[in-house]
Amino acid sequence: MSGILARTVQLGVKSLLLHKLRSLLTTLGVLFGVSSVIAMLAIGEGASAEAQEQIKQLGSQNVILRSVKPPEDVNSNQTTRLIEYGLTHNDFSRVTKTYPWVENAVPVRILQQEVRYDAKAMRPRVMATEANYQQATGRMMHEGRFLTAADDFNVSNVCVLGYEVARELLPLKSPLGQRIKIGTEYFTVVGTLLPRVPIGDDIPLPGADVTGEIFIPLTTGARWFGEMQVKQRAGSREMETVELHEIIVHVDKAENVERTAAACREMLRRNHDQDDYEVVVPLELLARAEETKRIFNIVLGSIAGISLLVGGIGIMNVMLATVTERTREIGVRRALGAKQHHIVFQFLVETVVLSVGGGLAGIILGLAIPIGVEHFADMRTIVEPSGPILAFGISVSIGLLFGLYPAWRAAQMDPVEALRHE
Amino acid sequence: MEKNNPVVADLGNIGRVYKMGTTEVRALDGIDVSFKAGEYWAIMGSSGSGKSTLLNILGCIDRPTFGNYVVNGYNVNDLNDDELSQLRGRELGFIFQSFNLIPQLNMLENILVPVFYQDNPRPDAEERAYMLAERLGLADRLDHRPVELSGGQQQRVAIARALINDPPILLADEATGNLDTQTTGEILELFDELHEEGKTILLVTHEAEVGAHAERVMWLRDGKVDRVVENHTVEAGS
Ligand SMILES: Nc1ncnc2c1ncn2[C@@H]1O[C@H](COP(=O)(O)OP(=O)(O)OP(=O)(O)O)[C@@H](O)[C@H]1O
Ligand SMILES: [Mg+2]
Repeated sequence: MSGILARTVQLGVKSLLLHKLRSLLTTLGVLFGVSSVIAMLAIGEGASAEAQEQIKQLGSQNVILRSVKPPEDVNSNQTTRLIEYGLTHNDFSRVTKTYPWVENAVPVRILQQEVRYDAKAMRPRVMATEANYQQATGRMMHEGRFLTAADDFNVSNVCVLGYEVARELLPLKSPLGQRIKIGTEYFTVVGTLLPRVPIGDDIPLPGADVTGEIFIPLTTGARWFGEMQVKQRAGSREMETVELHEIIVHVDKAENVERTAAACREMLRRNHDQDDYEVVVPLELLARAEETKRIFNIVLGSIAGISLLVGGIGIMNVMLATVTERTREIGVRRALGAKQHHIVFQFLVETVVLSVGGGLAGIILGLAIPIGVEHFADMRTIVEPSGPILAFGISVSIGLLFGLYPAWRAAQMDPVEALRHE
Repeated sequence: MEKNNPVVADLGNIGRVYKMGTTEVRALDGIDVSFKAGEYWAIMGSSGSGKSTLLNILGCIDRPTFGNYVVNGYNVNDLNDDELSQLRGRELGFIFQSFNLIPQLNMLENILVPVFYQDNPRPDAEERAYMLAERLGLADRLDHRPVELSGGQQQRVAIARALINDPPILLADEATGNLDTQTTGEILELFDELHEEGKTILLVTHEAEVGAHAERVMWLRDGKVDRVVENHTVEAGS
């Protein structure tokens, strides 16, 4: 049986090679269909994986409360402005005390300070926070340790460097025990963190070249840098007072995330008379990202389906022409003993060879596109093995499906009529 | 000597009617003939007399509208399409006027086509193909495509193809119709040889010289057997 298959495939290839251009053009339909399926799947998968990773880093058991600067008063054109907004220490204690399912809540202040070591300077996000920040966000240590309660209690001048900051400031030696300057104060490095994929909210604050993060105890931050930050703008000065920039609320179970978020929203609504906060729920974002991905997949599937359908119709069209053209050959083969199923098989093999040829070329192209996209567009792509397998399976099915009718037509021909055909 | 040989092809009141709208064309109208093993017949008659129709029925590529046709003991009316196909490949070797080689295959592959379709192909088919090619003077052209060969060479390949499964009956419809006189002579000599080896040969022609090679000529007229003429002079010629 395998011998017959091999010979039929060989014969099919020979017949197809008789019309090289036509066969080539026919396979193009399947080629582009298959390669676009694979490429789009890879790009879509990459994009959504990235989004999901970012969201997961925010923590699926977290609810993040953030201070948001309220819309500016357009009428004010004072040269020096004093604004006060955002989350307060009171908000923080309300969150920690009221809800039993809140395991811990982490206050975060983000300071605008220059960080120096030797001659190098940079402006990372200086995060003044507490020891449980690490547990709530799941950040991993690279070297040393994170901030401790003792650091906070002692108002120690210690800091933990984010990966980028450590690499930038102290590229050649271990930062542990080194003293770096934050603003006007010296801090001892006690640990460094592993990198994380940059998340959307890491966009630099206006006027600051922020890359990476550096962590100091909350109390130390309050001691040296206070709660007021001064921003220089063209012709005006802005004094901004924000007690807390973020409160990360870590909940005991994912099921409780939703009600915590609702409760936090309610609490904040009651205690704030301006719209100066937001509540970010990574779990909701995750669900939304998954929904987006699902819709994307449906759209993608439809487009791919249509393009493969068009490819299939192209194949069928060519095969119908081929069958008519080779009517006489069919008659001869029947006269020499070919049964109907031999004829069906012969033409079916030809369509499958065409579509599989297109499919294989499409897989190669489809694998090359994501590589190109990654290289030139700097986007992440993920080729799941199921992509090419699916595409290959589809192209074989296309060949079988759209080849069946022409092959059946060929087999139905009356041998005498077929022989008379010219 | 053929007198005692078994009947290999037996036609009993065979008719073939073509319906064209309301009119009927009786291409064959009650043919009763028996062909015995090893006989060499020519079928002759004017154009439209039904020669090709008869040969197609004999070759099992067409079915009679009425009557019985028994090949080597099989009544074709009892056979389904698959069985009939199998029978064609095994019992009958068909040779066409326009050679009908398959253009994308080389000579060797063309010769082997009927083997491919047999349920139990002979294991020595390939050696046999070389042997036949050798015999028909084609040995050095086996890897050529049909377009690269002359008409006479193509017809030899077609004959080798008809012989590959070693069928007892050879059918030829105007097999020399597209060939020049010299090539015609060579092909007819080949038929004479095959006849001597015991093949039953049924040959449709409208050329008297071709018909003269056969032992007997069956004349058709309007789908009926007009007369059967015995040739006595042929043996001396070969
Ligand atoms: N498919 C068909 N449909 C209708 N009529 C047909 C068909 N095939 C043959 N005929 C008719 O049957 C009759 C016999 O035709 P056939 O081809 O057997 O003649 P022939 O003896 O082989 O003639 P020629 O010497 O020209 O080849 C003719 O009248 C022809 O018109
Ligand atoms: Mg004829």
